[in-house]
Amino acid sequence: MSSLCRTLGRPTLADIALVCAADAVVGATFGAVAVAGGLPAWLPIAMSVLVFAGGAQIAAVGVLVAGGGALAAVATGLALNTRLLPYSLAVSDVLDTGRWWTRLLGAHLVVDESVAFALRQDDARRRRAAYWLTGVSLFVCWNAAVVLGALIAGTLGNPDTFGLDAVFPAVMVALILPALAGDRRLRTAAVLGALLAVAATPVLPAGLPLLLAPVALVAVLRKGSGDSVPEPEPEPEPEPEPADR
Amino acid sequence: MNSATVLALLAVGTYALRLAGPVFHRRLQLSERTTRLLGALATVLLAALAATAALTQGHHLADWERPGGVLIGVTLAARRMPLPVVVIGTAATTALLRLLFVP
Repeated sequence: MSSLCRTLGRPTLADIALVCAADAVVGATFGAVAVAGGLPAWLPIAMSVLVFAGGAQIAAVGVLVAGGGALAAVATGLALNTRLLPYSLAVSDVLDTGRWWTRLLGAHLVVDESVAFALRQDDARRRRAAYWLTGVSLFVCWNAAVVLGALIAGTLGNPDTFGLDAVFPAVMVALILPALAGDRRLRTAAVLGALLAVAATPVLPAGLPLLLAPVALVAVLRKGSGDSVPEPEPEPEPEPEPADR
Repeated sequence: MNSATVLALLAVGTYALRLAGPVFHRRLQLSERTTRLLGALATVLLAALAATAALTQGHHLADWERPGGVLIGVTLAARRMPLPVVVIGTAATTALLRLLFVP
């Protein structure tokens, strides 16, 4: 822990802990909602361990509870998870080290948060530390919370009352802001992709609107002159460095 | 197709998507340019996920209290507030808005 503290710095560790806590609340809600919707308790619990992708789990269980059919549940979940493919490529340097079984295990931890925290680090050692710490912590918190939620289903109030549904998108934006701040074209692509995805949500099956975001990136890069990849500009104001790093 | 089949298909499909990165990465050497492009791709996807999660619920627009809270959270993040402040500010704003504007 002390070496992790030195590698990542206390602010990052605190951020990871907070994201875990926020996700635990979502996980408990997921377990509770699934069981309250009439699914057997083992289903949300096993799904959390084996699928370990909050958005896809919530979407798939949502379809099942709403009576949308098994095929639609699988298709929705997998469509949401297609973003894990570019994520896993983006952190492939992290996953490409160690023994074969740590690689297989590490691949299972590709989630929004672990990738976002890893990409926020600037050297390989810190990327690896951030990725593994976020992934393992989330795996433990998420699954423990889902078990808890499934067990106390029904006694949990509506999480929307506490504004918890707004936390996930705000945290996601907070995590990508540093990357966006240094790159105007990436910013344009992100805004355009977000607009496209929201605009397409009423008409496309769940999960597919997200896949319009890469289209926006391609469009912005093609329109830009010169090289076709966003060149990271120097950060206008570097993150404050903790003294104990 | 029963629940167990749904679970199995979702689990296998999801893991395949996650494994594609390390597997393909070792086959083809990605240039720094490609790596940067993939980082950009992930960032753009995260932005779209955040936007749809903030603004939509199923196939419809979400209530306005949720994006209201997200807006405060993003403002706090842009002002370089630590993540705990962002989380609490976001949740508190949305909860307060819902409390004040009960439908």
